[in-house]
Amino acid sequence: MHLFLEQLLNGMAVGSIYALVSLGLALVYGILRILHVAHAAVYTVGAYLGLFFFQMTQSLLVAFLGAMACCALAGVTIERLVYFPLLKYPPYVPLIASIAILLALEEVCRLVAGPYILTFPASLPFPAVHVLGVHVPSSVSTIFATTGLILLVLWFLTTRTETGLAMRAVSQDLAIAEAMGIDAHAVVSFTFALGSAIAAVAGILVGIYYNQVYATMGSVPAYKALALIVVGGLGSVPGAVAASLLLGIAETLLIGYAHVPLPRDALAFIAMIAVLMWRAEGLFGSR
Amino acid sequence: MNAYVITVATLVTIQSIAACGLNVIVGYAGQISLGHAAFFGIGAYSSALLTTKAGLSFWTAMPLAVVITALIGAMLGLPSLRVRDDFLAITTIGVNFIVEAVFQYIPFFGGALGIGGIPRVHLFKVPLKGMAYLLFCLAFLAVVLVVCRWFTRSWAGLACFALREEETAASSMGISPVRFKLLAFVVGTAMAGLGGVLYAHFMRFISAGDFSFPVSVMLLSTIVLGGMGTLWGPVLGAAILVSLPESFRPLMELRFLLYTVVLLVMIRFQPGGLLGEASLAQRILARFHPMKADHP
Repeated sequence: MHLFLEQLLNGMAVGSIYALVSLGLALVYGILRILHVAHAAVYTVGAYLGLFFFQMTQSLLVAFLGAMACCALAGVTIERLVYFPLLKYPPYVPLIASIAILLALEEVCRLVAGPYILTFPASLPFPAVHVLGVHVPSSVSTIFATTGLILLVLWFLTTRTETGLAMRAVSQDLAIAEAMGIDAHAVVSFTFALGSAIAAVAGILVGIYYNQVYATMGSVPAYKALALIVVGGLGSVPGAVAASLLLGIAETLLIGYAHVPLPRDALAFIAMIAVLMWRAEGLFGSR
Repeated sequence: MNAYVITVATLVTIQSIAACGLNVIVGYAGQISLGHAAFFGIGAYSSALLTTKAGLSFWTAMPLAVVITALIGAMLGLPSLRVRDDFLAITTIGVNFIVEAVFQYIPFFGGALGIGGIPRVHLFKVPLKGMAYLLFCLAFLAVVLVVCRWFTRSWAGLACFALREEETAASSMGISPVRFKLLAFVVGTAMAGLGGVLYAHFMRFISAGDFSFPVSVMLLSTIVLGGMGTLWGPVLGAAILVSLPESFRPLMELRFLLYTVVLLVMIRFQPGGLLGEASLAQRILARFHPMKADHP
């Protein structure tokens, strides 16, 4: 029973990380209707930058803040230089551009930091706790605390502030929001900055959780996060979070208890296609 | 031509065949597919297994492999018809990952070791290699181009264009979306299967990694770069995208980065493709041939 609970907690930790990655994607999709595959490259860059800042200052806070700032900048740059000018073309054009950015940034990381797997020797500020005999390691409790905090901030931002109102207006209809006096481009840039900063947090957390940082660490999350936002209903943030948690738990339990000969990524996609056959608009989608 | 140039040219030809198939699906029927490498792989694996394990000759295995690929294409195409646009793109990514995982993890398909010892193609008891195999592939490319040309002129092709432009309007005119989208999917995957067969007998060793998602991206980039929906676009795109990494070879480390940057710059500044509408080539052509705007 304890083992099962620990597996469940691990699954939720993995799911929380998926949630942090797919959150940004869902935000961006909601606003620009672009499948931002390069989001996973921002996540990789975030992990590397976090490691770099951590090695320079030995402070996790600086690592997080520095990486978030740089990634926010990177996200906005990608949006300004590539996505916004390509908006008038059919959706596959920005999609291919996005995949090209993902591959290019992965190469840049490999060239700058070297082809080896780096370690992230940080200890997290949260204590390991024992609840009812179940051991919760500090990495897991940190992931829960961070994800919870980010979700709370995001919820507050989108439902209780004027910026959030503008974001929701732009995601409804960009042109009409602009006609109503909202600076749509600024809102889009803000969304990219926000999503990319969250991706940086996810990157650093993954780096610490698995104690690994490497150039292709974004490849699997890139496509899995796509599957997740589809299952959640494209553009729906609560949907993306719910789908991520479900997948994290399902994967961990399947790997632990069922012996399926296929790797977990293929299982994720099989689950996605099954959900799409059942509800073509995703679990939380409306169309 | 030396052996190296012939090898690159053969790869360009094989990639063109697969890209023509993708062009039928994406360019003609407007069904965005990011899993085309899966069908390329199904063709290659079918032919490889039929010739190595079942002991069939190439000439029996090839049609069988193409038919198998088309059948699986129809099977996987059916669920894809339920979803549209971005959902479809992601579903096909999923199909690609699943097919690749099946190849890699199920021992029947050679697992991580792949399949080796695929026999050479024999024509009148003469083994085809080098230049002969290139010509052999070029002959198939010619057949594929003729089929594409015929498809664009046929009733089915016109129905596909109508669906691509405006599905609701087309279906209200009595064009069945399911029927023609599925037809385009079957034709396109059959061509991918043919490309896969030629690839398997050219490399004579295949493994799951040859048909992974980046290959699908490369195939889609090929037709986007060449010009989606045009007849020669896939060939031009394949010629550029296959030979580009080869010409960057002296740059070693920077090779892949340069390749992705070139792809990014081309997509950013010429998203209609080099031969597509409003492209530089079309504008120049239009100046000399004002009436020659006959491509779909």
